[in-house]
Amino acid sequence: MSNIRSSFENGKAFIPFITCGDPDLETTAKVVRAAAENGADLIELGIPFSDPTAEGPVIQGANIRALAGGVTTDKVFELVKELRRDVKIPFVFMTYANVVFSYDAERFMARCCECGVDGIILPDLPFEEKGEFSAVAKQYGVDLISLIAPTSENRIAMIAKEADGFIYIVSSLGVTGMRSEITTNIGDIVKVIRDNTDVPCAVGFGISKPEQAKAMAAVSDGAIVGSAIIKILEKYGKDAAPYVGEFVKEMKDAVGR
Amino acid sequence: MSQSKGRFGVHGGQYIPETLMNAIIELEQAYDHYKNDPEFNKELTELLNSYAGRPSLLYRADKLTRELGGAKIYLKREDLNHTGSHKINNVLGQALLAKKMGKKRLIAETGAGQHGVATATAAALLDMECVVFMGEEDTKRQALNVYRMKLLGADVVPVKTGTATLKDAVSEAMREWTTRIEDTHYCLGSVMGPHPFPTIVRDFQAVISRESRAQILEAEGRLPDAVIACVGGGSNAIGSFYHFINDEGVRLIGCEAAGRGIDTFETAATVNTGKIGIFHGMKSYFCQDEYGQIAPVYSISAGLDYPGVGPEHAYLHDIGRAEYVPITDDEAVNAFEYLSRTEGIIPAIESAHAIAYAMKLAPTMDKDKIIIVTVSGRGDKDCAAIARYRGEDIYE
Repeated sequence: MSNIRSSFENGKAFIPFITCGDPDLETTAKVVRAAAENGADLIELGIPFSDPTAEGPVIQGANIRALAGGVTTDKVFELVKELRRDVKIPFVFMTYANVVFSYDAERFMARCCECGVDGIILPDLPFEEKGEFSAVAKQYGVDLISLIAPTSENRIAMIAKEADGFIYIVSSLGVTGMRSEITTNIGDIVKVIRDNTDVPCAVGFGISKPEQAKAMAAVSDGAIVGSAIIKILEKYGKDAAPYVGEFVKEMKDAVGR
Repeated sequence: MSQSKGRFGVHGGQYIPETLMNAIIELEQAYDHYKNDPEFNKELTELLNSYAGRPSLLYRADKLTRELGGAKIYLKREDLNHTGSHKINNVLGQALLAKKMGKKRLIAETGAGQHGVATATAAALLDMECVVFMGEEDTKRQALNVYRMKLLGADVVPVKTGTATLKDAVSEAMREWTTRIEDTHYCLGSVMGPHPFPTIVRDFQAVISRESRAQILEAEGRLPDAVIACVGGGSNAIGSFYHFINDEGVRLIGCEAAGRGIDTFETAATVNTGKIGIFHGMKSYFCQDEYGQIAPVYSISAGLDYPGVGPEHAYLHDIGRAEYVPITDDEAVNAFEYLSRTEGIIPAIESAHAIAYAMKLAPTMDKDKIIIVTVSGRGDKDCAAIARYRGEDIYE
């Protein structure tokens, strides 16, 4: 069974997203440890990409800062390997198809396996295209995470049936970033997912406040927060770790321990 | 497991967020229906002929031929179309399709501004809203086209992210589409992006070679020896090549923007310097580093300043059916001036890349050989930039 499943056995899951190397990899390491110590159930680690088309301005900024600092895929693997010595919760990469493809998908998945990465999210890889990555991912025990969007409708069942690890429910139309309200009926989506799989599902996109996280986790199995954490990194830079830790604690308390 | 669609060899596909998948499927189904609908085709042909001014001329450039002293050169005059370039061919098709699908709003990316102007024009004609995304750098290089789009009633959004050029305009248009899908059609301007765009845009641009093939048979009683067109994403080139692809004796030559040279980093010659990757919805060749980060590309031409190339071109390259040659800024500017002086035709700086290669190739060929060069657009928009390149500052 997938390691990722364990993230959803400690009440509702809280999943923070961090762009690796924003502003540098030492800070990322500190922030990951602070998040883990404060109740994060799984951490989504972003490998920066030059043109992140699914991201809003906040995470775009983090990608630019990280790349400007010289972060590469190899350096991110080294970071994960080092973190794995003491951080036990699952890690899931979030990056774009070209980062994996250019590294060679098999070599990439083998490195994930070796360094202790449990899954990968590729927002520009829909169900129809996943074949070329899912076979090698499976071979190395890496879960290729499926996304379901408010527009998925008749596609939900098909996607859910083949899902591994967890399902990432995109809360709203558009790109990542904080929103004042989420209008999609997540409960309806979850119901169709439940009819087709027992893989857990977490909601992301637009969640920044504890009450939003609580509401989203109440109708699913967890909440994912990215831009709000990147905002903390933007503000405090290399000193961000304790502030991220505090935020993670507040969010985990809200979704329910 | 579902099957990947829209492949040209290994290239193409649909690498887009799940949020857009149903919209893309809806577009594909609508296109499959309307492309064979006599009523739709009648309406489109009517628009192309009575509004855009088709068929465009195939002009025998005698003076150019004489001066170069080799193969006989014909120019396919897409610059004479309404709005001044080939972009209108695709836009009228897509706008009409979007209208049939019940969409009320068109969004588009633009580099040189020609596709933006064409989209704004179609939106005005068909009573649709229009928003055009344009790299901030390009809004400066092509200020005249920004004004034209606004005059036509479009909103122009300057894109400040990344290199602030065409690739960033495409990314921003894609982001906008995921935000507002229900009433909006993304009118993609080149043979790129996720399936079905490379096929739709090719089919609408294929009118170029459908005409030129018939025109050259009429004028010369035989097919040409070579067809030359410039390639950014590759829409005028695929349109110029398409009906000659099965004619093995016809060389198909795409001219890429080499910028300051393919041995420098300041280039946009994707097939010549890039490698296979996945970006902007497709698998194809891209300028990128060893970790797959998309490279900042450069060309004097805002319309060719793109780090990728359409998947069908990537395939034609792989199977050796088409050749892709690099043309530098200097060569293109020389050709821009040369065609203006010899034939009294000011080509777009993009099209000047194709003219530049014809200037190299024609003298090496016998006088009984024939070349067709596509002049994809007119060069009025480029005059101020070329003057600046030559060290002269003029008011636009």
